[in-house]
Amino acid sequence: MRRAPLPAESLDEADRAILTALQDGFPLSSRPFAEAGKHLDLGEQDLIDRIVRLREIGAITRFGPFFDAAAMGGELCLCAMEVPKERFDDVLALVNAHPEVAHNYERSHRLNMWFVLAAEAIGDIERTATAIERETGLTVLRFPKLEEYYIGFRVPL
Amino acid sequence: MSVDATDRRLIAATQAGLPLTQAPYAEVAGWLGLSEEEVIARLKALQKRGIVRRIALAPNHYALGMTANGMSVWDVSDERIGTLGPKIGALDFVSHCYQRPRALPDWPYNLFAMIHGTSREEVEEKRKRIAELLGPDCRAHDILYSTRILKKTGLRLKDRKG
Repeated sequence: MRRAPLPAESLDEADRAILTALQDGFPLSSRPFAEAGKHLDLGEQDLIDRIVRLREIGAITRFGPFFDAAAMGGELCLCAMEVPKERFDDVLALVNAHPEVAHNYERSHRLNMWFVLAAEAIGDIERTATAIERETGLTVLRFPKLEEYYIGFRVPL
Repeated sequence: MSVDATDRRLIAATQAGLPLTQAPYAEVAGWLGLSEEEVIARLKALQKRGIVRRIALAPNHYALGMTANGMSVWDVSDERIGTLGPKIGALDFVSHCYQRPRALPDWPYNLFAMIHGTSREEVEEKRKRIAELLGPDCRAHDILYSTRILKKTGLRLKDRKG
């Protein structure tokens, strides 16, 4: 995934309008690009071509349905560990070897390794966290979500 | 399991994204041997049940200039978090906002809010705005910046037979 900002001139006004409008939703109909294009004053094929280009230049990370793992019967859990500096790479290899580890970030804190465990079946999360503790000899703090507050984030364009 | 075998195949087929063609749902239907009507109806039903949160485009916020982000964490009283959490979650610079358990004595924070901005300074400004909003209901807070991505694969449904 592209992490560096795109040059400002790589997006025109119509591109920005597309990114803004389609962050909120995309029609579930037979010709959704034609339908979405109407609101953007763009033809069906023009809209498709622009989205293809936006994807190619890395302005889009995903386009399609967003699924809720928990609603599917799966589980997610944010976890954190305090990993001694000298053991960091070894512990990282042990943690990342688990396919349940979906994201893992090094963070500037005493708790310096933060990862998300994602599993399809209840119980897999706890099993994985326990296995990581056994393999590394370190405590895995579990921060499952108790409540989710409205996600209002919009990328300003 | 709350989704049937056909829903599972539909989720597995679309979790990487929709095809960029004039009739994307018809194309997905073709992959799965279903009709376009059935694909649309199933996606609508999944959306109604909250399994599909939305069908949308996700802008790459790094590419669009939002290169700085920090995980802000707050210790808010359990009595007040139900009122304050939604206010923080509604801020347009906060992407994820959750109540999570504390891990005492190591970790007193129970409200997590991911803050995005174009620079570290902007993230700090926004963090101040959250602190002002929480006021005396916040007993302690901190922010953790990511220094390295160690893995990023996302949730992938295993392609398992019905």
